[in-house]
Amino acid sequence: MDLSYGEAAEVFRTEVRAFLSSRWPPAADLRGADLKAFIRTFRAQATDAGYLYRAIPKIYGGSEQSVDVIKAQVIREEFARARAPMEVGGNGMNMTVPTLLEKGSDEQKDLFIRKTVSGDYIWGQGYSEPGSGSDLASVRTKGELSPDGKKWIINGQKIWTSQGMQSTHMFMLVRTEPDAPKHDGITYLLIDLDQPGVTRRPIRQMTGEEGDHTFCEFFFDNAETPVSWQVGERGQGWYVSRTTLKHERASIGGADGLGRQFAKLVELAKEVGRIDDLIVRDKLAQIEGSVLSHRYTSYRLFSCAAAGEDPGPVALMMKLLLTEIGHEMALLAQDLIGEHGFLEPVGAGGRGNRGPRGPEKWLDQIMGSLGNSIAGGASNIQRNIVGERGLGLPRDLAMSGER
Amino acid sequence: MHFHLTEEQTAIQDAVRGTLAGAWPIERLHAFADGDDDFDRTSWDALMALGLGGTLAPDSGMGLLDAALVCEVVGEAAAPGPLIGQLLAVAAAACSDNGAAKSHLETLASGEKVATLVHGGSAFVPCARAADFFLIVDREAGVRLVAAVDAAIEAVKAADRSRPVSKVAIPADAGETLFAASDPMTGRLADAALVLVAADALGGAQKVTDMSVAYAKEREQFGQPIGRFQALKHQLAHMALDVEPARALLWYAAYAWDAGLPDAPRAAAMAKAHLCDIYVRSTRAAVAAHGGIGYTWEYGLHYWFRRAAFDRAWLGSPAAHRARAAVLAGW
Ligand SMILES: Cc1cc2nc3c(=O)[nH]c(=O)nc-3n(C[C@H](O)[C@H](O)[C@H](O)COP(=O)(O)OP(=O)(O)OC[C@H]3O[C@@H](n4cnc5c(N)ncnc54)[C@H](O)[C@@H]3O)c2cc1C
Repeated sequence: MDLSYGEAAEVFRTEVRAFLSSRWPPAADLRGADLKAFIRTFRAQATDAGYLYRAIPKIYGGSEQSVDVIKAQVIREEFARARAPMEVGGNGMNMTVPTLLEKGSDEQKDLFIRKTVSGDYIWGQGYSEPGSGSDLASVRTKGELSPDGKKWIINGQKIWTSQGMQSTHMFMLVRTEPDAPKHDGITYLLIDLDQPGVTRRPIRQMTGEEGDHTFCEFFFDNAETPVSWQVGERGQGWYVSRTTLKHERASIGGADGLGRQFAKLVELAKEVGRIDDLIVRDKLAQIEGSVLSHRYTSYRLFSCAAAGEDPGPVALMMKLLLTEIGHEMALLAQDLIGEHGFLEPVGAGGRGNRGPRGPEKWLDQIMGSLGNSIAGGASNIQRNIVGERGLGLPRDLAMSGER
Repeated sequence: MHFHLTEEQTAIQDAVRGTLAGAWPIERLHAFADGDDDFDRTSWDALMALGLGGTLAPDSGMGLLDAALVCEVVGEAAAPGPLIGQLLAVAAAACSDNGAAKSHLETLASGEKVATLVHGGSAFVPCARAADFFLIVDREAGVRLVAAVDAAIEAVKAADRSRPVSKVAIPADAGETLFAASDPMTGRLADAALVLVAADALGGAQKVTDMSVAYAKEREQFGQPIGRFQALKHQLAHMALDVEPARALLWYAAYAWDAGLPDAPRAAAMAKAHLCDIYVRSTRAAVAAHGGIGYTWEYGLHYWFRRAAFDRAWLGSPAAHRARAAVLAGW
């Protein structure tokens, strides 16, 4: 075993550092629009240097680099160290762009990728409906061709759309072949959300937040989208939606977040004077066993990706693992904050007045951990995936189309 | 960056697995468990013939990770013999300046002479009646190698039938001192022991998980394989979710020891605590997943259950190691 990245990576690290120290001086004195413009320029320069948007062809605004998970990791580490902005995040970069690169037409790539990369287009994920969650392939929102065959006319409802209030566009699954078998009647469409047939309504989450993290429901009443914005074949949307980003996806970054949160939990125990409590210490160390297992497993996955080897079923376990560890931490945090939990947290996510954040801020994490057990495939569905794809157990007869 | 097994390491595991499949089939485990022996010379010799006895000798070109991979497979097979003591005795003798101890290096590395590990302060010693030497590792008192003839051994009826213990009394001044308590090697050997027990636990936990998955695919109730029922499927998924990620925790602990990283002692304590908890949890879940058959002596799940209970208590409980880990972290 060897946790160093090798000499070539260290030479590369020096280059990235030099770039960052000349182009990303701590931009402390910039504010508002000036800062925004500075970041935009910085991202463009970092892309020219081959550091950002590595999977995206140059003609669409990327830097078109060959796959190199180690380089990508070095870039992430150095940008994080310098607190420099990486690529714009969100559904657009995570889902729309990879899907278009793999399955999109030239026209679609041309129309959407550059604007997504620049952050001008913000994408909502239009999968869930009131009647279709875990059983995603049961979506009912209807798509019908206009008489001239040039447009899809969309009617129905989508729900739980994260970042829905900010989204400019949506990628969605709609039923276009009502008589076809469940999985074969769905088409994958892109749609402009700024049109008369689209109504959006924010849904307040249990955290009480009404800011960026709130999700929305969308009503489509004869909304339209050109047929040329359909991704992949008509009726093949289910399979298009399975398109995944393979490029440089492996990172050990996900584990860092959990580690940081655990460190904060230890701080909390100190802050509330419970760190000498033997039960608290034992519980903390128990949780840390799982936190470290997750971290070193992310090393393992990263190492396999760098070597082009298959890590096996453990790769299927990471989402559920993260959720379960998050629950454990939340449970202990809830004990630790005690009466602080009588207070509503302020200052996070644009909620309430800004103010000093006491131990009650952990309520955000406690409730957030509940969101993780639902979003992106509920935990029971994840258990099915581990059991069926990971362990090869026979599939549930009733379920052939879960997430 | 390399944090998964190399081809050579996989080959070592395959070789050990193959050897034990031949020398230690489940029928032999049954016969051994019903008998009164401490030790099984045939499977021991077969294992030692692979030349792995000297894995932890400084010049072997291998290290604790390789030793852990071997112990993992031994745990999987619930094979008898004091392999952990043997590996550590070779490491201790090879690293010490004690000439008398060094003179036993060759016969220990070849497995001809057998050494078992004595945890400082514990009255019970696995495989004591068959051992030639006791390697005493005690963080507070240092490391000693004692000829078994110098100790008083009292047979007891042991719970872990795969590695029976005896009650042993060793005179305080017996044997050769290899390292003083203050010598860093004492702590290193104690840490290595924790990692190797954790490896045994990993092998056992994986084994009972695999047994349960295989059983769930084959056993039918209500006209279908029981593994199709979600309640059981989720329990099995949870077993896998326990074991599989913890593998990397063990690897890290072994790697940290091999590389002499400052967090090696803490990593060893965390691995011992975490893996031993998992081992007990998995064997409990495995028995439940098997139904009545899992509760029988003949089916054999209890060998791993007993071994899990032993591994958990041996060298200190999970709680004890977590308490140490908390201190080491400066909490
Ligand atoms: C914070 C958050 C953000 C989200 N963002 C988006 C988004 O941007 N876009 C989007 O399209 N969706 C989004 N979702 C929706 C999310 O994907 C769905 O909520 C999720 O897939 C579960 O569907 P459901 O809510 O309909 O619950 P249901 O499917 O009704 O499930 C309810 C319960 O039943 C269990 N269950 C269901 N089927 C089975 C089964 N076969 N076996 C065992 N148990 C089962 C589930 O585990 C769950 O416990 C978001 C959700 C949350 C909480």
